[in-house]
Amino acid sequence: MKFNRKDLLGMRELSREEIQLILDTAIPMKDVIKRDIKKVPTLRGKAMVTVFYENSTRTRTSFEIAGKYLSADTVNLAISSSSVQKGESLRDTIKTIEVMGFDLMVMRHSMSGTPQYVARNTSMSVINAGDGQHEHPTQALLDMYSIRESKGTLEGLKVAIVGDILHSRVARSNIYGLSKFGCEIRVVGPSTLIPPEVERMGVKAYYSMEQALRDVDVINVLRIQRERQEAGLFPSLDEYANMYMLSNRHLKYAKEDVLVLHPGPMNRGVEISSEVAEGSHSVINEQVTNGVAVRMALLFLMMGGSKDEIAG
Amino acid sequence: MGVRDKNTIMDEMAIKRALTRIAHEIIEKNKGVDNVVLIGIRRRGGPLAYRLAERIEAIEGINVPVGILDITLYRDDLTTLASQPLVHRTEVNFNINHKTIVLVDDVLYTGRTVRAAMDALMDLGRPKSIQLAVLVDRGHRELPIKADFIGKNVPTSKQENIAVLVQELDGDDKVIIQEIIGDS
Amino acid sequence: MRLLVKGGRVIDPDNDLDQIMDLLIEDGIISQIGIDIDQTGAEVIDARNMLVCPGFIDMHVHLREPGFEYKEDIVTGTRAAAVGGFTAVCCMPNTQPVVDSAPVVRFIREKAEKAGLVRVYPIGTISKGQAGQELSEVADLLAAGCVAISDDGKPVVKANVMRNALEYTKMFGIPVLSHCEDMELSQDGQMHEGYFSTIYGLKGIPAAAEELMVARDIRLAELTGGHIHICHLSTKDSLELVRQARARGVNVSCEVTPHHLTLSDEILGDYDSDAKVNPPLRSAEHIQALIEALQDGTIDCIATDHAPHHREAKDCEFQLAAMGISGLETAVAVIMDRLVQEGQLDVYDMVRLFSCGPADILGLDGGTLNIGARADLTIIDPAAVRKVEPEKFQSKGKNTPFKGQILTGWPYITIVNGKIVAREGSIV
Ligand SMILES: [Zn+2]
Repeated sequence: MKFNRKDLLGMRELSREEIQLILDTAIPMKDVIKRDIKKVPTLRGKAMVTVFYENSTRTRTSFEIAGKYLSADTVNLAISSSSVQKGESLRDTIKTIEVMGFDLMVMRHSMSGTPQYVARNTSMSVINAGDGQHEHPTQALLDMYSIRESKGTLEGLKVAIVGDILHSRVARSNIYGLSKFGCEIRVVGPSTLIPPEVERMGVKAYYSMEQALRDVDVINVLRIQRERQEAGLFPSLDEYANMYMLSNRHLKYAKEDVLVLHPGPMNRGVEISSEVAEGSHSVINEQVTNGVAVRMALLFLMMGGSKDEIAG
Repeated sequence: MGVRDKNTIMDEMAIKRALTRIAHEIIEKNKGVDNVVLIGIRRRGGPLAYRLAERIEAIEGINVPVGILDITLYRDDLTTLASQPLVHRTEVNFNINHKTIVLVDDVLYTGRTVRAAMDALMDLGRPKSIQLAVLVDRGHRELPIKADFIGKNVPTSKQENIAVLVQELDGDDKVIIQEIIGDS
Repeated sequence: MRLLVKGGRVIDPDNDLDQIMDLLIEDGIISQIGIDIDQTGAEVIDARNMLVCPGFIDMHVHLREPGFEYKEDIVTGTRAAAVGGFTAVCCMPNTQPVVDSAPVVRFIREKAEKAGLVRVYPIGTISKGQAGQELSEVADLLAAGCVAISDDGKPVVKANVMRNALEYTKMFGIPVLSHCEDMELSQDGQMHEGYFSTIYGLKGIPAAAEELMVARDIRLAELTGGHIHICHLSTKDSLELVRQARARGVNVSCEVTPHHLTLSDEILGDYDSDAKVNPPLRSAEHIQALIEALQDGTIDCIATDHAPHHREAKDCEFQLAAMGISGLETAVAVIMDRLVQEGQLDVYDMVRLFSCGPADILGLDGGTLNIGARADLTIIDPAAVRKVEPEKFQSKGKNTPFKGQILTGWPYITIVNGKIVAREGSIV
């Protein structure tokens, strides 16, 4: 199994074997993170840049430290102080970054499809760190890693994704990834936040937590954004919390050893209760560590081989 | 590029004898094995390290800790390889600080693998010393590295390849000399 | 000056004609159609295996001039029309300034006259400044040369403004061309709402955003007795509304674009902004319904909604990219290749939809091969195979989702007023 991609843009395009390779490679990477000396010389002489057009300290830092642990030179392009603010076109910005000699770009953008556009227009490798409401592949990979680590397998698990499915790139990427491992995926949330024809993605849609969570192995809780309420998609955060906040009373519908995930940052008391977030089923903190491991694996797989060969 | 087997230079018995001799030499050189740990380099150094530990235990009655080192992340040729090798776990579940480490590998050739292994070990802790045990030394060193314990010296040309087979991974114990055919 | 088009398959739906014949043009007029016309002294076009049709009319193009000459101007736009096989175009008034006064109409007509390639029929705005509030001076616009009114580019939001427009135009016998879109439902929309908008994570534009306005406009036409023409109709239920209205005797007509007939929302997965258009490319079931409506006559004409854009407006983040497709130079080939050659549309119907179809809607003098009519002809080579190469377009707008495709069936010769203006993709 080789990882022969110039870019990682989404989970939809990845094969089961590629996902498996990334997750397997992340295991020794996690060992490195747990050592006293966390640095390995693997990507010495390689340079990567994180370009975030949407704020996310968490994801950006995770990529940055993953690069540093592997000895790649890592630069963060701070968008607010860059030429983007001066109205430079994205194409020109990318070209400028490219000629500085970076091997790989990690891109976060609020608009769906922008990493695809960038990847088409640059020789650098591009990793999508979340684009609009489309995909967030590294989040799905770290979720899958966390699930596999706890459950021993992904095969055939029942997974519920709770909340704002309509706007969630995390949901989409998880659906693509998990369905390649035969998981039974359910999405649950208010009807206004369930996207049209979502069941054609091979998932089952629910409006009721009780029904959706019955016998599930995993619950992945999505972050709810205040703007959605302002856009009139649900009447109030209180009503949302009353119906969809994951709390201890819901866990009894699920399997006894149910795993609770959340991509963070959490709105406690809105989509998840503190007692669940901190309870024994939660692997929310472990997800963060696993995120670094999975990103190290990706950086290794994408920058570790000879570029000519990968392109060819 | 392909290879063609030329001849077998060590059979099962020869390997057994070589490992037994190395076990004795390790004990002798270190005046016992109280502070010694064995670390095999993935992949074939691993089984060889475990076998050495068995022999040492048979001789000295002491169970020497064995670890496995994956050096992929420390290789100096990663960016020139056609594709990335698989990364595996390093399994050294003991403290190596102040230990005498005997690094075990199947073949010593350019020395680059051993260099990577020493770097990897240094990131795991601060051993007292590192010694090197190999089943075959085939020459052609590119770095100033020398083995402390050698099963067999085999002069080779660069057009040849040494293949070490071990029961645990290959279902057979032998060392073969192969000819590299075609463009390399 | 005699020009003989010899041995072609002459198709003129206006005269129920479909036969291999010769056609003679004298002094810019069609003087004779028949078998073995005497060719003495005539320049001869060998039209064997060709389709000889009345000049095609595109009733929905954006020539962008005045104001947006960086996107297109009247010269490049009419050149694009000529090589695309069109002998006449109707240009939409969302220019800068908008076409809401006689001087702007005259400006366009003079520019078109000077370009001297194809006929240009300006369309005036429905409302002053295209602001959707007060009616434009329709009589003045018509006197200056407009053939219809439209606020295309955006809908007429106020129902009473549309009502008055339909009521007022009734006097002049011209249609109101309506861009049907409920802006609140379509707000921030990037593509058709459905399965593919879900998986591509793009805000959807529901079919209902169009259908609501089609329903409203039909009701208002019914109320007033005016003629409503639905621009770039794109959904299954819009067609149903048109059918039902016709059955009730409402004066409603509609057009459909080549891209809505042949491309589905699935292709947006590449986030190629050249496929970003409004109304958006719809799903397969809508496309199927549109093709059926071509066959059963519900659709009156094919129009390109030619919307050229500057490269900068398309070469950017998908969400920021402008909507629109540069359509004049691919329309005929796309319809020939995707529908006619595939057996989805009879070639005779295609000619009707491009010629007398639009001419009848607008009451234009054209779209026919009547003896004595001005000699505007479109000759098509159904066997010509060419690749769509936007960089070779006459239009300044290279924005086409058909780029790189190899299509069969292209315009061969375009004749306006008896003069060859374009031949095999080049201006003569
Ligand atoms: Zn329009």
